[in-house]
Amino acid sequence: MNDSNKKSQIFDLIDKLDLKQESLRDQMVTEIYTKAEEIADNNVSTANQSESNWEDKVDNILTSKCLGFPIMLLMLAAVFWITIVGANYPSAQLARFLFWIEGHLSNLFMALNAPSWLHGIVVEGIYRTLAWVISVMLPPMAIFFPLFTLLEDLGVLPRVAFNLDNFFKKAGANGKQSLTMSMGFGCNAAGVIATRIIESPREKLIAILTNNFVPCNGRFPTLIILASLFMGSVLGGVYNSFIAAAVIVALVVVGIVITLFVSWLLSKTLLQGVPSSFSLELPPYRKPKIKAVLIRSFIDRTLFVLQRAVVVAAPAGLLVWIFANVHVGGVSLIHYTANILDPFAILIGLDGVILLAFILGLPANEIVLPILVMSYLSTGAMLEPSSGESLKKVLVDNGWTWVTALSTMLFSLLHFPCGTTLLTIKKETNSWKWTVFAALMPLAVAITVCFLVTQLIYFFMGI
Amino acid sequence: MGLTAQSSGSNLLQESFNIDDNNPVVALAGNPNTGKSTIFNGLTGLKQHTGNWPGKTVTQAQGYYDYLGQEYTVIDLPGTYSLLASSIEEEIARDFICFAKPDVTVVIADATNLERNLNLVLQVTELTDRVILCLNLMDEAKKKNIEIDLVGLANDLKVPIVPTVAREEKGLSSLKKVIAKVANNQLKLKPFIMEYSAEIEEAITNLVPKLKKELPDLAAEINLRWLALRLLEGDQKIINSLKQFYGSLENKNITGGENSDE
Repeated sequence: MNDSNKKSQIFDLIDKLDLKQESLRDQMVTEIYTKAEEIADNNVSTANQSESNWEDKVDNILTSKCLGFPIMLLMLAAVFWITIVGANYPSAQLARFLFWIEGHLSNLFMALNAPSWLHGIVVEGIYRTLAWVISVMLPPMAIFFPLFTLLEDLGVLPRVAFNLDNFFKKAGANGKQSLTMSMGFGCNAAGVIATRIIESPREKLIAILTNNFVPCNGRFPTLIILASLFMGSVLGGVYNSFIAAAVIVALVVVGIVITLFVSWLLSKTLLQGVPSSFSLELPPYRKPKIKAVLIRSFIDRTLFVLQRAVVVAAPAGLLVWIFANVHVGGVSLIHYTANILDPFAILIGLDGVILLAFILGLPANEIVLPILVMSYLSTGAMLEPSSGESLKKVLVDNGWTWVTALSTMLFSLLHFPCGTTLLTIKKETNSWKWTVFAALMPLAVAITVCFLVTQLIYFFMGI
Repeated sequence: MGLTAQSSGSNLLQESFNIDDNNPVVALAGNPNTGKSTIFNGLTGLKQHTGNWPGKTVTQAQGYYDYLGQEYTVIDLPGTYSLLASSIEEEIARDFICFAKPDVTVVIADATNLERNLNLVLQVTELTDRVILCLNLMDEAKKKNIEIDLVGLANDLKVPIVPTVAREEKGLSSLKKVIAKVANNQLKLKPFIMEYSAEIEEAITNLVPKLKKELPDLAAEINLRWLALRLLEGDQKIINSLKQFYGSLENKNITGGENSDE
């Protein structure tokens, strides 16, 4: 007997039986549930009912319609605020220490009579970039990542997803996308892999293409640093750090809104269809293991991001130093390239150097800021930075205002995903076409948003 | 047609489920968030590898452990609330228990939420007799003042019950012990089988003899009562699965590699 025979026989049987299928299925499920309840009731007793219900009460508040989002945003704001306030001092100390070493390195090179180009490449190129990366990025990361991991361990992300589920359905996407988006806060490449939980290829593609609109661990440091340097000072005074935290939260919200908007747009145009449903279970609150959180956040995230930044930043520092010191017709290569990009970059609130940094930063978002700083520093302004404030001075000296910072943050939030994420997208979609789209579409969004924001600000400020 | 479950079994395991050794196979089933993966890690330690289920984008975790000189292969099934095949994960879990016929299926349940977890237990016992119930998170149940009458529960379900606290590796050695007993047939199980209302039971009683008559070779491979239930609820996927798991193999084995059915 072959299987097509067998199959048709089964079909014949079903036809002959003329079953009331749907109702029977529901009835079966109901009966199984009833039996399970009966067995459970027979054998389980709870001594103190009210005490065990605190989780439900907390969940009712955390996932309620009016309080859910404000509470989540406040929690996020608190994490950013602690990071901004806490990172200042260690950052300054670390910078002082690392640049003290740089002084000694320079002395060593002079004592050895090393040629000045070697000193330039090794000390001013590679070492200084590394020192920057470590002193500016390590402290915020060392504070932010444990706090963020703690939030994850407490089960906050699934509840964020729960709150957002409905919005995604309205946008014509899969509710599970709220989960993959939440994963994207950790790492967009991980978020893209997580879209495997979405079965419909259409909805999976939407989730992949829009994952990049939430800031990943590689971009959070940039956002935190720029916000704390520039955004606080718009109003000035003691509320600086609060405003900076609020700005980052606002950026996260912008990212989520754009995720939803682009999802909606895609589901109405390129990827049409009806969303499928899913059920989401809120995991129970479990006491986080503090030690595990610290170790995991430090090794898996802080050191990982830092290592990626350092590994890519060291050669990038070398490259940038060469770019800055090789001259074409009296102008350094950096200036030369930046000048070409400048007219366009200024339209969207950036400058040529910033845009160049984003382009060179394609391999890893972590190195955009280091490249940027290296480019500025190597083009003449040879001051020795010692903390966040002197970083701000470098940027301001190169024409930055709070508008530049805002545009840079928006561009960082929305622009093309990093190389790793793009490779992951290629793997998951198995299509170069969609991979290229996944790079160009966010770029178009970033340019549009930055252009509109900058021009609107200039318009209202009368510039 | 004398194809027995044993002779086709190893082929099936290898081709359809990526399992290629002759160890007893232990499947871990359970709802999400019951500590299933913690149990899996606790049992296998570092002896594990992950891949995908053949043809699916769902991660498959496989591991090994030794107990009393015997190596066991552990398969971490996707976390599911039921075996009704309404999602790809449920389909994988169900197909594995149904067609790969693991030597032991351990259902891992959250002791703090027994009622919902028992649904899955009742559905697994419809498919296989070789079931162990592992009650995990016993420490949290205790903290919430939830008391479970283990003897009463074992009497109702008629399966061995092993309480564990997987995060602290408590109870894992007794779990291994019970698994060994079931795998080596030292413990013969006759679990409680869900009994439905008269209407459904009557439909089953009508359908099973017909299935037996029309598909005699299938009767040796699959639990006909269970198949009848699936047909009664109108599950098309089970027919596809039957075709996938038995169709291709039988063609190869019986017709001597003739590819006639494409």
